[in-house]
Amino acid sequence: MFIVIIGCGKVGVNTARSLLNMGHEVIVIEQRKSRYDLLLEELGDCLMFGDGTEIWVLEKAGIGRADLVVAVTGDDEDNIIISQIAKLKYAAPKVVARVNNPFNQPTFDLLGIDATICAAANMLRLIMHELPAHKFVPLLTLKRENIELVELEVGETSPLANQRIEDITLPDGVLLSAILRDGKALLPAHAGEILPGDYVICLLEPGRETELIRTFLPEESPEAIQAEGEIDVHSGE
Amino acid sequence: MGSSLARQLVDEGYDVCVIDESPEALTLLGDDFPGQFVIGQAIDWETLNEARVREADAYVTTTDGDNTNIVSAQLVREHFGVPCCVARVFDPLRADLFEQTGIRTVCPTKDARALLHEAIGSCKLGG
Repeated sequence: MFIVIIGCGKVGVNTARSLLNMGHEVIVIEQRKSRYDLLLEELGDCLMFGDGTEIWVLEKAGIGRADLVVAVTGDDEDNIIISQIAKLKYAAPKVVARVNNPFNQPTFDLLGIDATICAAANMLRLIMHELPAHKFVPLLTLKRENIELVELEVGETSPLANQRIEDITLPDGVLLSAILRDGKALLPAHAGEILPGDYVICLLEPGRETELIRTFLPEESPEAIQAEGEIDVHSGE
Repeated sequence: MGSSLARQLVDEGYDVCVIDESPEALTLLGDDFPGQFVIGQAIDWETLNEARVREADAYVTTTDGDNTNIVSAQLVREHFGVPCCVARVFDPLRADLFEQTGIRTVCPTKDARALLHEAIGSCKLGG
């Protein structure tokens, strides 16, 4: 594959290294001269100096034949513009953009940039997962593919607690993938039954969370529980 | 650019709100500026709410960043439903491309080029 990466900070350079090791053809564009000079020896012809939001720079990098465009600068407006140029002008088959400030996630969504990565939001999810008591954590969301991986607690009063796995029925669009018991994951076929205090990991279609939470945590408010797992984008930075 | 445009519009009788990330920008507008002034960033939803852009008939972005202007104008058009959103974009290529997204762009570079061309044409040149 031919991959154009815009932004050669820590994220960009490590992405470039991994993709190069995998045998892909890579060009990284960096606009800070000092950063460019620092990495030139290592990356050689794979590194290009310039403003990756300028069309002529992207064209010189070969964006027209890119299989994947990765916009990982430290500036969210720049990442949005790069993604839009790649889609509007070059019909790039795949575009991935970095969201630096989680408060800008709704703007990426609004402008149709569907494959985004937000380090701050992902870190929050993994930190929630490490908390001794947590009820619901969205572990991974693949928006364009329309699938999510979530973790949730089996409440004492859950109608599914103490039921054998083969006897339970989950809401449509939800697949029980694993049971976490005493910190270890069990495949559903090996867990036997679901116990209160277990955590279940489910694959689901986005939008099924509310039904799923009602099933496992009937005494909780699904809206309040879901809000806990996301950065609140409405309460200032 | 933003402050002089705001003052002109106020003089023409329009109801104007200016957004700037720096409080000092208010001094450019003058002590007697009758419009509103909101401190914040052009792509911050809270700031845009505070400036009540949803009620605006027109929205203009003139920050010194082309990309900020384009993203902000699209955001205001798509989310806040303002029909007339205009972005100042110095780069002619981006100015042309982003007209496709429904915003209007004004490119000082293109305008200056046209004016310079016209000025040369109006000179009485030999040959």
